[in-house]
Amino acid sequence: MSTMQKLLGWVDERFPLTANYKAHLSEYYAPKNFNFWYFFGSLALLVLVIQVLTGIFLTMNYKPDAGMAFAAVEYIMRDVNYGWLIRYMHSTGASMFFVVVYLHMFRGLMYGSYRKPRELIWIFGVLIYLVLMAEAFLGYLLPWGQMSFWGAQVIVNLFAAVPVIGPDLAVWIRGDFVVSDATLNRFFAFHVIAMPLVLIGLIVAHLIALHEVGSNNPDGIEIKKNKDPVTHIPLDGIPFHPYYTVKDILGVVVFLMVFSAIVFFGPEAGGYFLEANNFIPANPLKTPPHIAPLWYFTPFYAILRAVPPIFGSQFPGVAAMGLSIVVLFFLPWLDRSKVKSIRYRGWMYKTWLALFVVSFVTLGYLGLLPPTDTATLIARICSVIYFAFFIAMPWYTKFDKTKPVPERVTG
Amino acid sequence: MKKFLMTLLLVPVLAFANEEGVKVDKAPVNVQDYASIQRGAQLFSNYCLTCHSANYMRYNRMHDIGLTDDEIKNNLMFAAEKVGETMHVSMRPEEAAKWFGAAPPDLSVISRSRGADWLYTYLRSFYVDPSRPTGWNNTVFKNVGMPFVLYGLQGEQELQVEKKMEHGKEVEEEKLVLTKPGTMTQPEYDRAVADLVNYLVWMGEPSQSERKHLGIYVMAFLAFFFVVAYFLKKEFWKDIH
Amino acid sequence: MSDHQVDRGKRRFLVAASVAVGGVGAAAVAVPFVGSMFPSERAKAAGAPVEADLAKVEPGMLLAVEWRGKPVWIVNRTKEMLDLLGKHDDKLVDPKSEQPQQPDYCKNETRSIKPEYLIAVGICTHLGCSPTYRPEIGPTGPTPDWPGGWLCPCHGSRFDLSARVFKDVPAPTNLVIPPHKYLTDTKIIIGIGQDGKEA
Repeated sequence: MSTMQKLLGWVDERFPLTANYKAHLSEYYAPKNFNFWYFFGSLALLVLVIQVLTGIFLTMNYKPDAGMAFAAVEYIMRDVNYGWLIRYMHSTGASMFFVVVYLHMFRGLMYGSYRKPRELIWIFGVLIYLVLMAEAFLGYLLPWGQMSFWGAQVIVNLFAAVPVIGPDLAVWIRGDFVVSDATLNRFFAFHVIAMPLVLIGLIVAHLIALHEVGSNNPDGIEIKKNKDPVTHIPLDGIPFHPYYTVKDILGVVVFLMVFSAIVFFGPEAGGYFLEANNFIPANPLKTPPHIAPLWYFTPFYAILRAVPPIFGSQFPGVAAMGLSIVVLFFLPWLDRSKVKSIRYRGWMYKTWLALFVVSFVTLGYLGLLPPTDTATLIARICSVIYFAFFIAMPWYTKFDKTKPVPERVTG
Repeated sequence: MKKFLMTLLLVPVLAFANEEGVKVDKAPVNVQDYASIQRGAQLFSNYCLTCHSANYMRYNRMHDIGLTDDEIKNNLMFAAEKVGETMHVSMRPEEAAKWFGAAPPDLSVISRSRGADWLYTYLRSFYVDPSRPTGWNNTVFKNVGMPFVLYGLQGEQELQVEKKMEHGKEVEEEKLVLTKPGTMTQPEYDRAVADLVNYLVWMGEPSQSERKHLGIYVMAFLAFFFVVAYFLKKEFWKDIH
Repeated sequence: MSDHQVDRGKRRFLVAASVAVGGVGAAAVAVPFVGSMFPSERAKAAGAPVEADLAKVEPGMLLAVEWRGKPVWIVNRTKEMLDLLGKHDDKLVDPKSEQPQQPDYCKNETRSIKPEYLIAVGICTHLGCSPTYRPEIGPTGPTPDWPGGWLCPCHGSRFDLSARVFKDVPAPTNLVIPPHKYLTDTKIIIGIGQDGKEA
C-alpha cells in the first residue's frame, strides 16, 4: 500500500470520503443521453461559486452606510487593486445567474423533470429561485444609486398593498418611513449572510433529492427500470465521473467565454446589467423619469402592472405577481400526462409551452417599458396566457395525444 | 402563434414611439487618444473643477494617460496639495444649491449616467435666454441651472425658430445660431468639447483600457482551454455508444 | 460501454494537460483576489511621503511625525549624546547595523545622514509598541549606566540613541530607519530615500 492509500484508509475509517466519492461521482449513474440543456445545473453551481467568492472580496471594501455606500463602490472600482474586475464579475454574475437558472427551469418544463418521483427536487428548485430573487433584490440596493433606491422603494411599497397590516409591514421592512440607512444596513446583512446560507442549504437539499432518485433525461425514461441483472447498474447510465465531469468542464469553459466577454468588453450589457441611472447617487427627493426593475424581474413586474386596481387597492396586482411564482410549486400535480418528455407529447402541450415562453419573454420586455394603453393590453393577454398555462394544464395534458415512449433512451 | 409574433414585432415600434428624448449628436470618443484626454483634462480643471467636484478621482490617476506628477501639479492642480488627493472642490454644496438652484453634481461618473453623446451635445447647446437667472438656457437640458462657462470659447448662440414645409404641413424647427463668435471657430470648439467629453469618459472608468486589454488575454486563454477540454471530452466519450 | 481499445497514454496526457491548463487558470484568477488585499490607491495616497521641518526640533528633543500611520521620530542629538554612542558597542546586539534595518546611506554609527539628526520609525521590533523616549543620561535612566535612548513600556526592550537594541531584551533587531532625504538644510522628506528609492 502506498502512503496515499494508507492516508485514504485512515480517513475512510473516520469519514466516508471514498463512499461519498463513489455515491455522488464515480458510481453515480446518470443517463447517457443528456443534451445541451443539461449544462445549466452545473453552470448554476459555478455562478454561485463566482458570486460567493467575489462577494466576500467586495465585502472587504464595501461600507453599508447611506453616506458612504455609493463612494465605497467607486472606491472599489478605482482605488482597490483589481476592484473593478471583482465588482464587474459580481454584477455580471448576478444577471448570468438568472440566465442560467431560467434555462435550467425551461429544461425542466420541456422534459418533465418535475414529475414523479422528482416533485421535491422541483420544489427545492422553486425555493432556490425565490431566494435567488430575494438575494438579487437585496443586493441591488447596496450600490445606493438612484435605481437601487427607487427600485427598493417601489418593491417595499408593494408590501404596503397587503390588506390591514400592509403599511405597518412596509415600515417594518424598511425600519424607517422611507428607504434609508437602516434599510441599507439590514439589506446588507440579509444579502451577505442570511440569504446565502439559506441558498446553500436549499442547493444541498436539491442535490440530495436529485441523487436519491437519479436524473431525468430528454426522453423522460427512468433508467433505473432497466438495470444489468448482474451488476445492477442502469443499462442507460454512465458514471458521472469521468464522463459528465469532462463534459461539464467543456460547458464551463464555453460559459466562461461568454461571461468574460461581458465582464471585459461590455459589463453594462447595454444598460441591462448595470443601469446608467445607478451611476447617480440615491436622492430621496428626486425620482428618475423612468424606473424599471432589472431584466430578470420584469416579467413579474409586467404582471403586477397588468392587473388593474380593484376598489382602489393595489393588492390584486401584488397578489397576481405573488401567485405567478407560487403556482410553480403545484406544477408536479397539475401535469396529468402519461409521458414526461416533450418528445413524446402531442401538439397541445407543445403549443401551450410555446405560448407560455413567448408570453413570458414578452412580459419581460414589456416590464422594461413605461406603461401605455397598448402595452398594458398586451401585458394583460400575456398574463392570462401565463396563468392559463398552469390552470388549464390538468386538461390539456390529459387529453393530449401522446406518442409511445421507447424502452431505452435514444441518441 | 402568428398573432404573437406580430405582437412581438409591434412591441419595439411602441418602444421607440414612447421615447421622447432629444436628439443627440454622436461624440467622437477614443480613450486611447491620450493627447485628446490630456487637452480635455486641462479644460476640465480650468472650467469645470471650480464648481464641480470629481470626488472619486485621484489626480495621480492621470499617470495612466501619460502625465507625470510634476505636470499634474503645475498644470492641473489648483485646489489640492498632493497628487494623491481626489478632485475636491471648496464650494459647499448647500451654498452652491443656493446660487444655482441645485448643487453642481459630482462629475466622477457623469459620463456613465448621462452618456458621452448627451454630454457632447449638451456642452454645444447653450443659448442666450434673458428670462433665465443666469442668462443661459440649453436645448437638451431645459432650464438648466448651470451658467455657460465656455462662452468665451464658443461665443453666444441664439435659439431661432424656422418655419418649414414638411409633408404639406407647416412645421416649426428650432435652430441654434451663433450670433457672437468666441475665441474658437465652430470646428475648433467642437474639437475642444470632444476632448473634454473624452476626458470625462476616461474619468468615468479609468480602468477601461486595462479591462479590455486584460480581456484579450483571458479570451485567448479560454480559447486554448476550450481546445484541450474538447479533446478531453471527445476522448472519454469514445466509450459511450 | 464497449470493449474497444482505450489509449491510456493519450487519456493520461489529456487529463494532465487539462489539469495543468485549469491550474494555470485558477492561479491567474487568484491574482486579482490576492492583489485586492494589498494597500489600495487611497491607502497609498494616505501613506505618501511626508515633509518635516528640522528647525523646530530643539537640541535633545524628540519630534514625532506621522508617516503611514506610524510615529516617525526626529531627534536632535546633542554633542554629549553623540559622544556616548560608540562607548557601549559590547552591550548591543547589532552595533554595526549589519541587519537591513536601515537604508544603505544610514549604515553608520549614528544611523543617520547628518550625525545630529536621527530619523527612526518609533515602533518596537518586538511586538509593535511605541517605546518611550528616555533622554536622561546616567543612573536616573532605566539602567545605572544609561546612555540615553528608549524603553519600550510593553516588554522592557531598550534602545540607545541610535535606535540600536541592547542585548538581553525581547526585541530582536534595531529600530527601522525609514528612507528619507534632505530637501534643504533643515527640511526632510520621509518616504523617499536619499538614493531616490521609495519605501
